[in-house]
Formats: sequence, structure tokens, C-alpha cells
Amino acid sequence: MAQVLVVTSGKGGVGKTTSTAALGAALARQGDKVVVIDFDVGLRNLDLVLGAERRVVFDLINVIHGVARLPQALIRDKRLDTLFLLPASQTRDKDALTEDGVAKVIEELRNTFDWIICDSPAGIERGATLAMRHADAAVIVTNPEVSSVRDSDRIIGLLDSKTAKAERGERIDKHLLVTRYHSGRASRGEMLSIDDVLEILVTPLLGIIPESEEVLRASNIGSPVTLSNPLSAPARAYFDAARRLKGETIAMNVPVENKGIFNKLFGRKAA
Amino acid sequence: MSVFKLFRRGSAPVARERLQILLAHERAARSQPDLLGVLREEILAVISRHVAFEPDKVQIKMDRGRSVSTLEVDIEIPNGIGLVLARAS
Repeated sequence: MAQVLVVTSGKGGVGKTTSTAALGAALARQGDKVVVIDFDVGLRNLDLVLGAERRVVFDLINVIHGVARLPQALIRDKRLDTLFLLPASQTRDKDALTEDGVAKVIEELRNTFDWIICDSPAGIERGATLAMRHADAAVIVTNPEVSSVRDSDRIIGLLDSKTAKAERGERIDKHLLVTRYHSGRASRGEMLSIDDVLEILVTPLLGIIPESEEVLRASNIGSPVTLSNPLSAPARAYFDAARRLKGETIAMNVPVENKGIFNKLFGRKAA
Repeated sequence: MSVFKLFRRGSAPVARERLQILLAHERAARSQPDLLGVLREEILAVISRHVAFEPDKVQIKMDRGRSVSTLEVDIEIPNGIGLVLARAS
């Protein structure tokens, strides 16, 4: 049965798009059929992070307005044939996204995909509420930092009140994904620890993504980190998170970079 | 704070405590939206029945603590005009 997942955070710049791409690719690599949808109308970026920016012809708004059919707008990933992208449009008209239109698109995608991952824009406006509207489950991306934690708390409140599932009296599954985590700084008391964040937000933990230069390198080359360097620490953390999404029980840890002896001696300094 | 400095402890405990206080209030406010706005309007309505004052000479401050919060209402009443007694109804 198809799962509709929203990747959300409230605050911008915490890693929603990076995480959407990495989790989508991780699930697709395990053989699941995955579509990632960019809901950030006017400021689309998921296409760029996936390296598909030059292949966008039609977008979500075109499908909603009947300019294109859904299969015409879906872009198949060049590396993984089970991963698809439905891009956002670059129009400035935010009202182009209609509630009915989004509902129809998601309904149609449910027939063919195992995972429908909605990449939410930052904020709590229309785009963000429509991205979470039809979700069965949510991944709340949080940095161990006060403003991000506060905004996540706000988003959790919205997930529990404004989604279709919540309005039907059902519970939406919520998963916390802590990104840009630095174990050393947390243990020295310089950064909120995982326990601090969990105690404050009271939401089950999906994964801990360590701060890593691999994440920027991946977006530079237009590839999800789970494909660009699957053995890197952040990629392994995303693979574990993807398996937890599928219901597997995996011990929670913060992966560290495995550096060979050559890299240890001559490699770049680790962050 | 100085204790943290003394033992070279980090700032995370401060972040954690600030968040816990703030979020406790924000979560409570979600079920009762704009408490501060309602209080301001009702307090001013009561006072304006008895005293003439200029709306922009009113300052309302809120300080939220873990167990106690204070609401400070500071209204500047011009001298000379004096108190305008409400007519008994």
C-alpha cells in the first residue's frame, strides 16, 4: 500500500530537500517505487539537488491545471529507475496550488507508487500546509539548535490539527530526523544533545544525520548523498532511517566516517 | 551562567532550559490564541471607562518564567486632565 510522507520542518535551511532526496533514493535503491514531489512553488530546488534541473518540462502546477498529464510531468531518475521526481513550478503565483488539485494528484500517484514523498517549503503558509495535507506520516527535520527546535514544535502542532488524517480523528505518524548533528560538540555541552531534543519534542526518532562535508558535495554534483557516496557517514544514517521507515528495528547510532589509513595520513581534515 | 563558565560547561543546558520554558507557554497558547491581545483589550476597556488616556501611552510587558509569569501594565495619565469619573449608571 502506498505511503504518503511529508518532509517538513517549519524553519528553512535545516535539510528538508537534502533529506527528501537522500531518503527517496535510499528507498528506491531497496527496490521500492518512489516519487518525490517538490511543493516549494516559486522556489523549486529538489530538481537541482537530484541533478534533474535540465530535464524539467512540465510541473505539478501544469498537472493540476490540466496542461499536462501526470505521466508527462514525472521525471525518471537517470541512476535509479524506481525513483521519480514531480517538480514544482517556478511561477510566483502561490495560489496556483489548489487543495482539490493536490488531492487528485496524490490519489493518482497512490495507484502506482510505494512511497510518495512530499518536500515541504519552509514556513507554515499554504505550500507547507498543502504538502502535509494528505500525508500518512511525517518526517520532521530538526537541527540541534533553538530556533529549529521551536519551529519543529510548531509544525508538530499543525500536523496534529491541520492534516486530513488529523481531521478524521486519526493519528499521523511522526518521525524526528535530527540533521547536522555533531556528537563531540553535544557531549561537550556546546550543542543540544539528541536526548535534549527528544525530551523537548517528545517525538519518536527516525535517525541522526551527522554534520558532514559529503552533504554539500552531494548537492554540488546533483546527487542524493545516498547515491553519491553510499558508504559515507550521512548516507549510512539515511539508509538506516529509510529502513526504519519500512518498519525495521535498527539500533540508533551516529555513523562516523570510516577513513582508510591513507586518508587518515594525507586526507582532508575531518570536520 | 558564571557556574557554566567556571566549569567550562557549554551553552546547551541554557538552550534546553530556554526552550522548555518557551514551548510550555507556546503549547498552552495554542489552545487559547492571543491571550495577551485579549488581556490588553479588556484591561484598557475597563480603565478607559474611568480615566482618559492616550492609547499610545500604554505599555504592556510580559515576562514568562518557568513557574510564574508577570504581566506589567504601564499607563501614562496626563496631569491636569485628572480623573474623568464615569457617570454612575
